[in-house]
Amino acid sequence: MYDVAIIGAGVVGGMIARTLSAYKLNICVLEKENDVAMGATKANSAIVHAGFDAKEGSLKALLNVQGSKMMQNVCAELGVKYKQNGSLVIGFNEDDKKAINELFERGNTNGVEGLEILEKARIKELEPNISDNVLCALYAPTGAIVCPYELTIAAIGNAMDNGVELKCNFDVTKINKIDNGYEIASENEKISAKTVINCTGIFSDEIAKLVQDNSFKVNPRRGEYILLDKECGNLVSHTIFRTPTKMGKGILISPTVDGNLLLGPTSVDIEDKEDKSTTGQGFASIIKEANENVNGIALNKTITSFCGLRATGDTGDFIINSPKKGFINVAGIESPGLSASPAIAQYILDMLSRQGTELIKNESFNPKRAPMHAFREASIEEKNEIIKREPSYGKIVCRCEHVTEGEILAAIRTNPKARDLDGVKRRTRAQMGRCQGGFCGPYIVELLAREQNIPFESVTKFGKSSYINTGKTKGDA
Amino acid sequence: MKDLVIIGGGPAGMSAAVAAYKSGVKNILIIERDEHLGGILMQCIHNGFGLHKFGEELTGPEYAWKYEKQVKELGISVKLNTMVLDITEDKIITATNSVDGVFQIKAKAIILAMGCRERSKGALNIAGSRPAGIFSAGTAQKFVNMKGYMPGKNVVILGSGDIGLIMARRMTQEGAKVHAVCELMPYSGGLARNIQQCLKDFDIPLKLSHTVVEIHGRERLSGVTIAKVDENRKPIEETKEYIECDTLLLSVGLIPENELSKSANIELSPVTGGAVVDQDRQTSVNGIFACGNVLHVHDLVDFVSEEAETAGVASAEYINGNLEQNACIDIKTDGKIRYTVPQKITAKKDVTVYFRVSDVYKNTTINVLADGGKIISKKKIKLAPGEMESISIKKELLENVKALELGLEV
Repeated sequence: MYDVAIIGAGVVGGMIARTLSAYKLNICVLEKENDVAMGATKANSAIVHAGFDAKEGSLKALLNVQGSKMMQNVCAELGVKYKQNGSLVIGFNEDDKKAINELFERGNTNGVEGLEILEKARIKELEPNISDNVLCALYAPTGAIVCPYELTIAAIGNAMDNGVELKCNFDVTKINKIDNGYEIASENEKISAKTVINCTGIFSDEIAKLVQDNSFKVNPRRGEYILLDKECGNLVSHTIFRTPTKMGKGILISPTVDGNLLLGPTSVDIEDKEDKSTTGQGFASIIKEANENVNGIALNKTITSFCGLRATGDTGDFIINSPKKGFINVAGIESPGLSASPAIAQYILDMLSRQGTELIKNESFNPKRAPMHAFREASIEEKNEIIKREPSYGKIVCRCEHVTEGEILAAIRTNPKARDLDGVKRRTRAQMGRCQGGFCGPYIVELLAREQNIPFESVTKFGKSSYINTGKTKGDA
Repeated sequence: MKDLVIIGGGPAGMSAAVAAYKSGVKNILIIERDEHLGGILMQCIHNGFGLHKFGEELTGPEYAWKYEKQVKELGISVKLNTMVLDITEDKIITATNSVDGVFQIKAKAIILAMGCRERSKGALNIAGSRPAGIFSAGTAQKFVNMKGYMPGKNVVILGSGDIGLIMARRMTQEGAKVHAVCELMPYSGGLARNIQQCLKDFDIPLKLSHTVVEIHGRERLSGVTIAKVDENRKPIEETKEYIECDTLLLSVGLIPENELSKSANIELSPVTGGAVVDQDRQTSVNGIFACGNVLHVHDLVDFVSEEAETAGVASAEYINGNLEQNACIDIKTDGKIRYTVPQKITAKKDVTVYFRVSDVYKNTTINVLADGGKIISKKKIKLAPGEMESISIKKELLENVKALELGLEV
């Protein structure tokens, strides 16, 4: 029996797993997909919000500000790229100005440091490409960017290195109360745990229903994004938000930690929790609004577009509670969930402690994880040392992003192991460049087959039936 | 230190190396990122290569072998599995492989022969889901011809570029059903002979002025919605049609791969995506030449080889101090002619100018104007964007000329 079962290996589940792995607990993470970070975590704005958005006194406000302060250190320990690039909420008219003043006040109440309201001249100085129609802006120097799936992979990897078990393709269908805890079952597997933590994003209301908790509902809200080539990564240096409305923070324009430019998200409430379709209207609205905010966006440099589903709870706030003894919901974690995630993990630790879970420090806990991008950033001398020991680091597989075979093999061999093409992509950036895997895809399929000792045609893009090949050609059959 | 470093061991790189060697440069290195010479030809197992150059129909690997044999016989050194990471204006090349690690080489001259890549699905922003089963045509070709695996059984192809046409036939031969080839434009970008031999001969419908408007399927592709487009290339709602398929191949254009050229501050043409060059295929950086698909996308490898020979011979002249820097006549185009290569020429050599048109034109005349006066006029029954054309200009016609313009009289 596990002490703790965490359902859902997104950024919330991952950060909780890592935080708990510092204690002598027997922990298991259950993930329904073939890899971690497969839900809202892999498709969001990649922003560490300063914390001026959320309503005073809300959990969102509290945990956002705390999380944002913890993030830099967490990223340093996990070897994850983090950049405090600052953010600007820009306004175009008197209404916006009023709203920006309110955000400024709210931010101060929430405890956000360094907020300033800027006039046009100063804004143009900071960001020469911002629209000439800009009137004022809220400047938050503590706003930052991070790669959410890199953070999650590192958090789960670090948790696993500290003894946490990860079970992928474990789609929870039943939870039964047993003596001392719960039995959690998928179609073909069962585990039991004293405490269950429900971190299942848009599915968290359905998981809660499995223990007869019908107290909340989570709705999927579609967010579409467009990602531009690294050539465009310097168009702005801060994260640029539009003055928010009821439906969210509007379209943002932000550099990413990997040097691309990200535009989005749209914000549309939908019904179907599996529908991650992008839409023509979505693209059109992103393009329209982005062009209103910033000049010179080169849309012909689009590398990819994608859609994520935010887990929008029906209370307006994060839903973190324990409806039954030993069962904890961490639900409705929409924006600023990524920013808050380190603080959410701490909050859960305190909850467990209050519920009587015995927390004994794990003396061998190592908070550090070797960065996934270490080779990429090494000097030529350091690279040559590594290549001498491990020649596969001399061979470039992904020519667009200059990813070596050594880095890809490390991704397939290191916790949490990449098991499919997209898993390799998120860990190494191979296939993420201009050709989108056109050249290196077939070779990475070969590496995945060889390393996992599975047939070539069993390799998938992202697990389940996302197969790449249907079988051998006639001559080879 | 090398006299000549050639980046890329495909048809362009090998042909340039052989030509430079025969012009007296012996200290040559070819750097190739793949594990074999030949480049993309090695996965082009269909025939049709070499008709112009050798007067016979060869497969891709057979054509490549004609050059690889010469490279070997001449003893030209080659580094395989080696990726160039950077080149500078001073011609310092940084590369990496498993044996040498990351290393630098200085060269007297460089020939860029890195080829091109396929435009990816990301650039298209097609609405819908993001399942497995969407490949660029070249990637599918690699799976089928190099790895021996089928990427799918029920196929729709978007774009009628040559690789897409070739793969329509190849997938059919391997037992897949190709339901349609959709082409956004009212004409195909592929060669007329490929449309006949790869589509018509196999009864595969070519749907001109059609595009894919939505992708369906969660894990693996389950279908696509296609639609006819109007004259502004906007999909027409009532023509939408769902086709069930497990595979979408994209053949929507090739892009010269010039990331290295950018690192050396070489001037690029926004139209071709390749370097701006003179009659010797010398770029804006003296001593750096470009040829083949990295310069502009060719239809036929025969012309790649020819262009590479020009660059190879000129690089030898440069290394021996005999290359005059005298290309002072800019070639302008009228828009109907989309681009020319070279973009500037000298009055001291006879020059063949290659060009592409921007639309289909029938019963037309190509005019070459020198400082406004017509010096050449050539009638053509049909010109199409998918077929590269050329026109030869004798140096006698260029004496004291300041600017040339290529135009079409329709």
